[in-house]
Amino acid sequence: MSLFSQILQFLFTGLTIGSIYSMVGLGFNIIYNATTVLNLAQGEFVMFGGLIMVFLTAVLKLPLWVGFPLAVIAVTGIGALFERFAIHPLRNASLLTLIITTIAASILFRGIAMFIWGKDPYSLPPFTPGAPVMIGGAVIMLQTFWVLGTAVAIVILMALFFGKTIVGKAMSACSFNPMAASLMGIHVRKMVLFSFALSAALGAVAGIVITPISLMDYDRGPMLAVKGFCAAVLGGLGVGYGAVLGGFIVGILESLTAGLIHSGFKDAVALVILLFILCFKPSGIFGSEEVSKIKKF
Amino acid sequence: MTFPLLEASRLRKFFGGLMAVADLSFTVMPGQIKAIIGPNGAGKTTLFNIITGIFPPTGGTIRFKGKEINGKKPHRIAQKGISRTFQTVELFGNMTVLENVMVGRHIRSKMGLIQSGLRLPGVKREERSILETAREKLDLVGLIQKANEPASGLPLGERKILEVARALATDPELILLDEPAAGLNETEMLRIAEIIRKIRKSGMTVLLVEHHMDLVMDISDEIVVLNYGQKIAEGPPEEVKKDQKVIDAYLGVEIEYA
Amino acid sequence: MGKENIRALFILTLCLGIFPLFIRSDYYLSIMIFIGINAITVMGLSLLMGYAGQISLGHAAFIGIGAYCSGVLTVKFGFSIFIAFLCGLFLSAIMAMAIAIPTLKLKGHYLAVATLGFGEIIYIIFNELLGITGGPSGLSGIPPIHFLGYSFKGGVRYFYLVWAVAILLLIFSLNIIHSRIGRALRAVHGSEIAAEAMGVNVSQFKIQVFVLSALYASVAGSLYAHFVTFISPPTFGLFVSILLLMMVVMGGGGSIWGALLGAGILTILPEYLRAFKDFDILVYGIILMAILLFMPEGILKGLTVLVKWIKRE
Repeated sequence: MSLFSQILQFLFTGLTIGSIYSMVGLGFNIIYNATTVLNLAQGEFVMFGGLIMVFLTAVLKLPLWVGFPLAVIAVTGIGALFERFAIHPLRNASLLTLIITTIAASILFRGIAMFIWGKDPYSLPPFTPGAPVMIGGAVIMLQTFWVLGTAVAIVILMALFFGKTIVGKAMSACSFNPMAASLMGIHVRKMVLFSFALSAALGAVAGIVITPISLMDYDRGPMLAVKGFCAAVLGGLGVGYGAVLGGFIVGILESLTAGLIHSGFKDAVALVILLFILCFKPSGIFGSEEVSKIKKF
Repeated sequence: MTFPLLEASRLRKFFGGLMAVADLSFTVMPGQIKAIIGPNGAGKTTLFNIITGIFPPTGGTIRFKGKEINGKKPHRIAQKGISRTFQTVELFGNMTVLENVMVGRHIRSKMGLIQSGLRLPGVKREERSILETAREKLDLVGLIQKANEPASGLPLGERKILEVARALATDPELILLDEPAAGLNETEMLRIAEIIRKIRKSGMTVLLVEHHMDLVMDISDEIVVLNYGQKIAEGPPEEVKKDQKVIDAYLGVEIEYA
Repeated sequence: MGKENIRALFILTLCLGIFPLFIRSDYYLSIMIFIGINAITVMGLSLLMGYAGQISLGHAAFIGIGAYCSGVLTVKFGFSIFIAFLCGLFLSAIMAMAIAIPTLKLKGHYLAVATLGFGEIIYIIFNELLGITGGPSGLSGIPPIHFLGYSFKGGVRYFYLVWAVAILLLIFSLNIIHSRIGRALRAVHGSEIAAEAMGVNVSQFKIQVFVLSALYASVAGSLYAHFVTFISPPTFGLFVSILLLMMVVMGGGGSIWGALLGAGILTILPEYLRAFKDFDILVYGIILMAILLFMPEGILKGLTVLVKWIKRE
């Protein structure tokens, strides 16, 4: 395979995994914007999305187009329950305590997943069966297009939601000034709940579309959370589209590093990028310095 | 002839395109109580922040006891003998009233990390001295009975007074009070005025920013009036009160009645 | 340092002193040794986080630096144990300064993330420097500690060694807390701008307390290496850093005693959960959530409230 084809291959791999990081990063931003909490259990939503989908299609034998929305709804439910029972009661605790709570939740979720599904990885059949396509000498699986397509669709949906709908704008208002938002009639509690539900849904979607390619096991969450977080910081913590760009950058650089340099360094790439950004522009690509100073934490 | 304790020469401060302080010059003589007044946004707190080193001026100099201090870091300026309170009352909410004042003794003490950790002989002695002086300052401002209460639990008036006690604990030559009377009721204001007089009596120089005209006119020796970052008047209260430029600045231009 | 602290210290020392007289099993002694080692790290972290209000998500890296310096220099280069230990301290201090100086200006999230990144990079270095550290397969054959002919091999002797160091460091820490340095640190936590105005060199203090906490971790790392005689990178990775964080915060964020309590509980807990086999992670998660929900201000505060409530009944 020529160098060009190889690089093209890595690029596609990078875009694919980058889509997942983007969606995890988006989820981070949504919760961060509504609560300034960093939800370190974000990766577990992805994990649950994939595994629940496996359960619905492989065990209950439901068709794809039925299983998909059901799995998303199930994980959204998990996200909502998480907010109600773990986040809401601790709303007056210190931010650090809240973040640790999300870590504890991540452990709990992993425990539940391990209990139900064991430690083995599970797979899903690709959404459309068929042989991989050749593009410029690179071998691209059909599922890759589903992943990329889903990512694009999500980005557009989120842009519309936050930019055009009342609920979306209300959620943005809450992050900057919950007191003022409340006085304007925005029900802050509902917004917080909604942010967790929405992030969970996003994670679930990511998990479902990526499982046919890279399988899913109970322990996938933390690594995704760390990298998704790097993506969010790279793009600018709190800036929606920033996470998307950040996710793709991290994914592509990771893939290129693994392919061209040394696969052992793959997992370090996201962190190196992170440190790099923190040295030069901590507020990220799209973040603004003044805004990042206003936010409390 | 006495030399000025603090001397600002042609101070300028720009924030991007905004000129917060423009060509400002004034002096503060030792033992004086000098007030800086002006409409909101006139550049008063910016001036304080420049003097105490939070940011450097864009141009001009500040001299303290003849030596330039512009551009120096805040902790150095505190060491030189300038102390301050904050408009937004920056107490150490995680400590008691007494501990807050004890932090004020930081620059007047010297036991370091290793010495403190090993509890070497000098530490106990120094701690006792810090404690005594801190209690003294609390007594001076009338807060001694609340010494062991959490600082965050005090009402606003007492929080401002606590900040003054803390600033006094540094044994400064010049103390900067940033709106000490803001948000206070009549009784609390009298208390603050009393404390400021006590401060002057002990030989300290006071520079204050204030909006409450009664307080300013009552206790100041001299007043500097700022408007849009520029000095429009300087002098004793009776003169400044009658200065037409000052009246215009506060009230807008007078309308002539036929 | 206050009568209460002296009394607590006395009781702690007494209990620890007589512990090996009653419990002779190597298993329980080694758990207590691990608690002691974690306690040392956690004391330093508590000074950094609870008192100075900073954060570190990569502290396991400093434990690793101490452990690998002690291990590598004695095993591969024949250094004496003490010199290797000092090298660990030195390297930890340098690395801590290297981290602290650029990240000084970062606040909250960003500082946390920078320390996380640092921790991960050190972990990767431990993993990839195969020639020196042995990489993922680890480093074995680390000699036990001997001092003037007396060998600290075996559970009881090492127990006393570790806890002697821990108690000494605890006394040191309590002295700092109740001194002008301790107040300065807490002032930095309370209001940096006011601390600076009161003459506290905030930047310098932040660096100093970060380096100090790294030194504590390095000590813990060296003690760990000479006890287990085999070390490998995962022991010093992100998971452990987060666990340490939880010990400090869940134990009782603003108090060094709370941190010690946290170290004790969170070190014992995984051992206790071994019995649960497939349920272990699940039960662990449940217990952690329960602690956070019912004692959000930390276990120490939670227990004192509980004790007061019981006294009243």
